[in-house]
Amino acid sequence: MASQQANRLAAGGLIDRTTPLRFSFDGKTMTGYAGDTLASALVANGVKLVGRSFKYHRPRGILTAGSEEPNALVELRSGARREPNTRATTIELYDGLDALSQNRWPSLGFDVMAVNSLLSPIFVAGFYYKTFMWPAKFWEKIYEPAIRRAAGLGRPSGVADPDHYDKAWAHCDVLIVGSGPAGLAAALAAGRAGARVILAEEDSLVGGRLNSDGGEIDTIPAAEWADAALGELRSMRNVRVMTRTAVFGVYDGGTYGALERVNDHVPVPPKHQVRQRLWRIVAKRCILAAGATERPIVFPGNDTPGVMMASAVRTYIERFAAVPGKRLTLFTNNDDGWRTVESALQAGVEIAAVIDARKDVPARCKALAEDDGFALYSGNVTGVRGGKAGISHVDIGLANGRRTTVSADTLAMSGGWNPSVGLASHHRGRPKWQAEIAAFVPDGCPPGMTVAGAANGELSLGACLRSGHEAGASAAADCGHAGAKHTAPAATDESVAIAPLWHVEGKQKAFVDFQHDVTASDVALAQREGFESVEHLKRYTTLGMATDQGKTSNVTGLAIMAQLTGRSIPQTGTTIYRPPQVPVAIGAFAGHHRDENFHATRLTPSHHWAAERGAVFVDTGLWKRAQWYPQPGENDWLESVSREVLAVRNGVGFCDVSTLGKIDVMGKDAGVFLDRVYLNAFSSLGVGKARYGLMLREDGIVMDDGTTSRLAEDHYYLTTTTAKAGPVMQHLEFCRQVLWPELDVQITSCTDQWATFSIAGPKTRDLLREIVDPAEDLSNEGFPFMGVREVQLRGGMVARLFRISFSGEMAFEISVPARYGDALARNLMIAGKPFGVTPYGTEALGVMRIEKGHVAGPELNGTTTAADLGLGKMMSKKKDFVGRVMAGREALVAQDRQVVVGIKPLDKTRRLRSGAHIIPRGTMVGPETDQGYVTSVCYSPIVGQWIGLGLVERGRERIGEIVRAHDPLRDEDYEVEICNPCFYDPEGGRQRG
Amino acid sequence: MKYSIFSLAKAALTGHKGWGRAWRDAAPKAHYDVVIIGGGGHGLATAYHLAERYGIRNVAVLEKGWIGSGNAGRNTTIIRSNYGLPGNTGFYELSMKLWERMEQDLNYNTMVSQRGIINLYHSDAQRDAFARRGNTMRINGIDAELLDKAAVRKMLPFLNHDNARFPIMGGLVQRRGGTARHDAVVWGYARAADRLGVDIIQNCEVTGFVRDHNGRVAGVETSRGRIGAGKVGMAVAGNSSRVAAMAGLRLPIESHVLQAFVSEAIKPLIPGVITFGAGHFYVSQSDKGGLVFGGDIDGYNSYAQRGNMPVIEDVCEGGMALMPMIGRVRMLRNWGGIMDMSMDGTPIIDKSPVDGLYVNAGWCYGGFKATPASGLVFAHLMATDTPHEEARRFRLDRFERGAMIDEKGQGAQPNLH
Amino acid sequence: MRIACPFCGERENGEFTYLGDAKPKRPFVAVIEDGKGAEGEQDAFYEYVYLRDNVAGEMSEYWYHGGGCRSWLVVKRNTLTHEILSVAAAPGTGAAVVDVAMAKAGTE
Repeated sequence: MASQQANRLAAGGLIDRTTPLRFSFDGKTMTGYAGDTLASALVANGVKLVGRSFKYHRPRGILTAGSEEPNALVELRSGARREPNTRATTIELYDGLDALSQNRWPSLGFDVMAVNSLLSPIFVAGFYYKTFMWPAKFWEKIYEPAIRRAAGLGRPSGVADPDHYDKAWAHCDVLIVGSGPAGLAAALAAGRAGARVILAEEDSLVGGRLNSDGGEIDTIPAAEWADAALGELRSMRNVRVMTRTAVFGVYDGGTYGALERVNDHVPVPPKHQVRQRLWRIVAKRCILAAGATERPIVFPGNDTPGVMMASAVRTYIERFAAVPGKRLTLFTNNDDGWRTVESALQAGVEIAAVIDARKDVPARCKALAEDDGFALYSGNVTGVRGGKAGISHVDIGLANGRRTTVSADTLAMSGGWNPSVGLASHHRGRPKWQAEIAAFVPDGCPPGMTVAGAANGELSLGACLRSGHEAGASAAADCGHAGAKHTAPAATDESVAIAPLWHVEGKQKAFVDFQHDVTASDVALAQREGFESVEHLKRYTTLGMATDQGKTSNVTGLAIMAQLTGRSIPQTGTTIYRPPQVPVAIGAFAGHHRDENFHATRLTPSHHWAAERGAVFVDTGLWKRAQWYPQPGENDWLESVSREVLAVRNGVGFCDVSTLGKIDVMGKDAGVFLDRVYLNAFSSLGVGKARYGLMLREDGIVMDDGTTSRLAEDHYYLTTTTAKAGPVMQHLEFCRQVLWPELDVQITSCTDQWATFSIAGPKTRDLLREIVDPAEDLSNEGFPFMGVREVQLRGGMVARLFRISFSGEMAFEISVPARYGDALARNLMIAGKPFGVTPYGTEALGVMRIEKGHVAGPELNGTTTAADLGLGKMMSKKKDFVGRVMAGREALVAQDRQVVVGIKPLDKTRRLRSGAHIIPRGTMVGPETDQGYVTSVCYSPIVGQWIGLGLVERGRERIGEIVRAHDPLRDEDYEVEICNPCFYDPEGGRQRG
Repeated sequence: MKYSIFSLAKAALTGHKGWGRAWRDAAPKAHYDVVIIGGGGHGLATAYHLAERYGIRNVAVLEKGWIGSGNAGRNTTIIRSNYGLPGNTGFYELSMKLWERMEQDLNYNTMVSQRGIINLYHSDAQRDAFARRGNTMRINGIDAELLDKAAVRKMLPFLNHDNARFPIMGGLVQRRGGTARHDAVVWGYARAADRLGVDIIQNCEVTGFVRDHNGRVAGVETSRGRIGAGKVGMAVAGNSSRVAAMAGLRLPIESHVLQAFVSEAIKPLIPGVITFGAGHFYVSQSDKGGLVFGGDIDGYNSYAQRGNMPVIEDVCEGGMALMPMIGRVRMLRNWGGIMDMSMDGTPIIDKSPVDGLYVNAGWCYGGFKATPASGLVFAHLMATDTPHEEARRFRLDRFERGAMIDEKGQGAQPNLH
Repeated sequence: MRIACPFCGERENGEFTYLGDAKPKRPFVAVIEDGKGAEGEQDAFYEYVYLRDNVAGEMSEYWYHGGGCRSWLVVKRNTLTHEILSVAAAPGTGAAVVDVAMAKAGTE
């Protein structure tokens, strides 16, 4: 098998040659080894062409060996697990891996859309802003669909993600981001000092560049040192090493977002395991040791497959024992690039030439060229020949003005290193320019963050180790862990000298942003048109907006802009670095909150009993409530609901109303407190009595309603609507704690403590007598309307009984501790059998409240006043209360406000619908004649037709007027009568009887 | 040079060397008839309309950074006119009509794309509220359709129709709704206003107001010196309170952070704009292929232009609940904008109590879609000193009068609007 | 953002609900007659309910620990940086100091 891997070195690398793995790319089966990434396996198999660019569909090869990869994006896996835009450079190879190239048709080798490349003289930056305007209608029909089809990169699966995601919290003293030399040194220092440390590494291996760059630390090979360091860290109980974990965001209060790729390195997550886990890490201190990213040089033809970052070439050789080519050239402007030559030589790769852009190439480099017999040119690469199969020749413009060409299949480029400043800038700190390394380094870091190693511009191994050690020790000390002094690991400070070079002119396109096809001439065009601000540059050309977040392009782009405008690079500045630092799957942010588990589900005490009876449930906020109870033979919901209504009106029924908010208000000043939060008085309420109350917001608009009972001199029991239970509790706490702490009052939510059933209908007493202790007097005299008291049930349990009615019938509400709710429901059914007891759901409840003209959610819509609801007279004139003053504003007391009325169609067979608008007869429909709308409707089996409530301008003066219900959405328009909102027993005799 | 396929092709022959600046890099003059503070969409549209419709061309737009650097360049690019209350309905429809002719008016492709917007409903109560709103739209001559469950399933088969915590019951559709390219709107107005003589002055931060002996505003102090003005208009949503405070005004506004998100580019998945009715999530897909999405504001006062994890998680939870197919799509960028959250969720376009100073503020998170109409009605107000017919209810004194325009019915609690 | 609740300890801001600036105080207005209070009460409440300094910088504000102990807290926080400077329980911070003359008028 291994023989296929033509570009695999015979020995070396951190791969497991005993575990060969089969994988396929674009249907072609190949092999690699455990420890490979998809990219390294493709390199080992000699694959050059891996992708197509966004706009011109240019053939592209692997550029990097890390998460900054702009070119080698693939669709990984298939079916529901297909994952577009996945970087080949970060995919750990597993057996059976299946990847497809993307953004090409019909194939990667022959992509029809590459015709865009021919149109590139027209398809320059921002060309679409200048055209596609005529004719106007063509945009949505012709131009845009074509653009949309051509754009985008990979294809999403289009079906639900079958995998699970988890979310977790972690807390530590010191979070270290990155496990390269600086991160390891920091972790050792902080860990040895006794601090609680989390070391997060996005790679599967710790070590960072140590895995690619070799060298010696404390006189042993760097890899051995790293192994020992990891061993020591793993042995410390206070240190947690998290590999495959990328810190992606810095939030407030020392909160860091991190993504752990738990099972991305296997084909399918094992059963009951998650694919990825989102971590919220709370850290007192953070050490950013995320290293640096090597940047390309913008030269003609720099996007040809076979052009690769010099550091990536090194990584493929050293870590993966895979050589990108047989004849290597290097184009560099700095010493670090030369290390690639050393690596390549050791691996036996032929060096065709080195092109060093610097005027003065160090003697050490010259000597190397001489010793190993390869050409060293002082100059620039001015062109690359070749195509989708890779490069064949490199054209060189020499410093002396001459030109030459060398044949090569690989061109390594090094434009210097950009410290990974992203996370350090997440609180909008702007990095500062450091001329010695020609790069930006972090400045204005988020509170608690320090930066160490290459991320801080300290590029040599020795400096990385020293600054990591120092940062680790001092972060631990900041957290109270001084510990014993250790010395920093030592290594040499290799030279990283650089002479900045951004752009080499030439005939071929020179790419700044590889994925988005932004060229140096696009930057020039943007400058010419006035898009000189880096943010304008980014937005106009899309530079830096690709999936690599500009990691390979931002600094180069702004440097070219600086050259064009004559400003310095620091004057030109950077764009804002935004989270996430690496793209994160949306599913990871959601965790388990999807499908049925999107939100919690609250069940009423009688839920299971209702479910057994086949109830249809409705979502009311988080609650599931029984909506109606279908019976055999009923054809639709309306039949069931009407039966339930008539059963209540003619006999007895019961309904679980436990979802209403319930709040105990206790204390000497409870009455005064309620006087201040309700618009009507409660201090005057007698013990053993209930009263309907209306609560305003401070802006004078109705907030909520409900009944409040006085159970004892210093104990009130308040109810809210289901929807407002939480907000009312919060409001009452505000009033109690913030406004009037001098009042002796305590409030406690007891919504979940009580199961409450409304029992309603003329036979209510008959039923109650079956379950209440016979000694209890339930007669009208013994238990009058709006009376409240505790009663003993048969069997001894104590319940609260409230004689209140929402249905307009003789009714009680009974409350028992929630755990007995189920039993009570079952007992009511048994005890009520002789009386034909009928459970009813929220629909029947709603029908009866509309028949009675009681307002509810649709009328309490946050814009209505007490007077709008017909309850203005309840407002006390003797006391101050929340909302009193603002309720008196002119527009809120205007005579032409829309107020609650009843509405019924003239045609009794006509269905009335909520949301229909009220228009006077004989007028044109328009905003001027729109006088209100229907808020609530029901079919009333008592009235024998559809009826409703509505909010209608001057409605109360217009009882009896015929108007139109205008419902263009449903293509309806019919005549309705404005009537009294109470359709049933307006005198209220039934509920008092 | 006029933009067209012909000029583009011609320019291609000379390597696009012939294009000039899209707008001049103007230096401030000593005095203008009108100074607009704020080089966002609203400020630039105001300047354009002042010059184009009201003949006032001696106008400067002052921008403290680069034009479009505020909310104009940070929003989720949705345009719609599906409002339900008098005051809003007509205004946003005026805006929609201006969107529909924007490219021809400005000679700039702002990519106004009417691919439709759907608000999903998940309960009877929500359906009824949408019916009321949709009927208001129809009565005002605006397109609206109420879809039932089956129709939504047919239109958007990829949503979670089968095992959702809050099943989709239908939706309110405005087919003329959609998106536009936000930056292009800024640049298009800038270019068009510039051609009419408006000075667009970047990197010019207003630091104070100049008053005459009557207390009337007579100009502004800026980081680039004093600039005299006959009238000054502020269109600085997000920072309205800070600018108003320089004139001694307190506004019924709080600044809150709203986060927005974009995913990696993927092949076309979502046709128009979808808003989830059972959570805080809305989404569209840009022409480039990124899913552009957002949700609720973070909920606390902020000028920091960045938010926190709880809301990011909340938004993604909403997204996964609505369309679990996006689980493996990656979030690429996340940013925050500062919203002028007014006390009733509705903007303010009015003269201020200070003579000569005009206020355009309180856009909450609805400012982008309002851009063209906001510019038009603000220009009308500044040119004529009378409110435009479609903005007559956006008065500053409506809170004192009790004439709030509260679409959500949340009252004087900005973070709930 | 992490808020150190004086009763529960440091918690993520997702556990809390925000109300806003703690500077405006609810005016004390006693009812004088027929549901009306003192002259100017509408202006006072208009300012209290609607007008905000909308501070750019350090601001004291109300947060409610609804996901914890149900305490209302006054959090001093910088709106430019989100830095939290102090957290305290809120008792009594929301009402205006009683104006004696008005209070008397209200007691009848």
